[in-house]
Amino acid sequence: MGSLTLQNISKSFGQVEVLKDINLEVESGEFLVFVGPSGCGKSTLLRIIAGLEDQTAGQVLIEEKPVDHLPPSKRGIAMVFQSYALYPHLTARGNMSLGLKQAGANKDRIAQQVQLAADMLSLESLLDRKPSELSGGQRQRVAIGRAIVREPTLFLFDEPLSNLDAALRVNTRIEIAKLHRTLNSTMVYVTHDQTEAMTLADKIVVLNEGRIEQVGHPLELYQRPANRFVAGFIGSPKMNFLRRDAAAAFGATEIGIRPEHLTLSRDRGSWKGVVSHAEHLGSDTFVYIEIEEHGLLTVRTAGEILCRPGESFYLTPNADAIHRFDADGVSTGQQAENSSTL
Amino acid sequence: MRLSHRSLTRSALIHLILGAYTVIALFPVILIAINSFKTRKAIFRSPLSLPDTESFSLIGYETVLKQGDFFGYFLNSLTVTLVSLFFVLLFGAMAAFALSEYRFRGNTLTGLYLALGIMIPIRLGTVAILQMMADLQLVNTLWSLILVYTAQGLPLAIFILSEFMRQISDDLKNAGRIDGLSEYVIFYRLVLPLVCPAMATVAVFTMIPIWNDLWFPLILAPGEETKTITLGAQVFIGQFVTNWNAVLAALTLAIVPVLVLYVIFSRQLIAGITSGAVK
Repeated sequence: MGSLTLQNISKSFGQVEVLKDINLEVESGEFLVFVGPSGCGKSTLLRIIAGLEDQTAGQVLIEEKPVDHLPPSKRGIAMVFQSYALYPHLTARGNMSLGLKQAGANKDRIAQQVQLAADMLSLESLLDRKPSELSGGQRQRVAIGRAIVREPTLFLFDEPLSNLDAALRVNTRIEIAKLHRTLNSTMVYVTHDQTEAMTLADKIVVLNEGRIEQVGHPLELYQRPANRFVAGFIGSPKMNFLRRDAAAAFGATEIGIRPEHLTLSRDRGSWKGVVSHAEHLGSDTFVYIEIEEHGLLTVRTAGEILCRPGESFYLTPNADAIHRFDADGVSTGQQAENSSTL
Repeated sequence: MRLSHRSLTRSALIHLILGAYTVIALFPVILIAINSFKTRKAIFRSPLSLPDTESFSLIGYETVLKQGDFFGYFLNSLTVTLVSLFFVLLFGAMAAFALSEYRFRGNTLTGLYLALGIMIPIRLGTVAILQMMADLQLVNTLWSLILVYTAQGLPLAIFILSEFMRQISDDLKNAGRIDGLSEYVIFYRLVLPLVCPAMATVAVFTMIPIWNDLWFPLILAPGEETKTITLGAQVFIGQFVTNWNAVLAALTLAIVPVLVLYVIFSRQLIAGITSGAVK
């Protein structure tokens, strides 16, 4: 249960087209993540699925039934918001039971459902507190609890971790992943953070300027980005891009190389540059090297490496891991055809 | 050290200015109140002195309570003010919610049209209003006043409230929609409690001009049955002789209810005025 289909979804606000002909299939039980820069239309798309916004054209199907004429409460969905959006005048318990109460469920069932969700998220001791008496992380757990209680066919998450601090974000992320395994229900998750997308998703949809750039498994997007945008967006630190003769050597307009596929050497290599900055993380070192004609490149090396700003280094790309792009930014494959210059 | 010294003089200066303003604002009110407890002679001989054993007199209050239906006037004022206030807040909040929440054709235009009343005084339409009330046979009823005051209060109410409602998170309203709450429940249960401070601000700004108004009671409802307190106090101002004791006593009594209402709203009011600036 819980499949979702989007057919030719378009949305315009006046003259501005925010979504352009979106087609998508989400299978039952899948964890789908919309990811993209701010303003790419991912939140609007989620709101259209939820029924909070009307699409200009196209159709939304949940469990293969069109839901366009249904109000949000009748679509069998539950949503978790970035700002928690708890009702300030109700306790955590009140917040969690309101949806079922509105749907006319009987008291025993509501109490049972709330108990179940509270156990799952260890909210037991917080149930009688008002939202103002809860911390940010607790509020978001209550908001997730409110979603679980409704037993939706489809969970929608709208950047649920953005208001939490870094440590809490990791914990809640793990909690959401666990939840998905326990409930085994379909989840659609919106984020601008590619780490969240990579760690949570079964399937990532990369959106840019209202268009789907690529759909696929996280590692598939990482290893075989369809175009320059996806290549640059997925992965941290970012992929390095080189143009002109460096790209021409590989028969492309532009080439991309991930930081971990560059090798540093003091005496020889393809490109010569000067260290401008180094970040030592213990497990890895990120070295930023300024190369005269290509600008700043990032190199990721495992472990510690001694280097100071101003020192000269040579860089050598791993020829098998070079991504080639044509003039339109479309990927033309990874194998190097003309690597004789190396 | 120097900084704290400077800030001390600064705050002293600020308090001086605020204190001076308070004195200027309160002076006429206090003058009315103390003179209402004095004999007629004492009012004219030494208007600034406090009542002492010799000059103390309650003759003004006795006259007010005996002559005319003073409690009736009082009740009329209170009815008109409270009912108008209720309608202004209710319709103002509803219109503000619609303007801030829903996208529809002509939204901005409607908002501007509704705000027009802030710039154009309603008194310009007095003649037309009187004609209309006469046609509706509402002259000399409290409803004529309530309708006019509701119209008078709405523009500012809509203007202020729609600004505040725009600040309420969309997520909260959307969460309500997903839980199956109707738009009315979202409005009454989720949105209204959050704009309480703004409502109090609007309430005070709406209430005071209504309570103090002399113009419309005089024109639309001058009958004995429907007189408001400001109009009722005019009974004591004659062409040749003015009963100052009674006028001052009536005015002093008239201050009390607005004062009470103001105290009720004031805590919220402060939050309302500062919330935009501090947040």
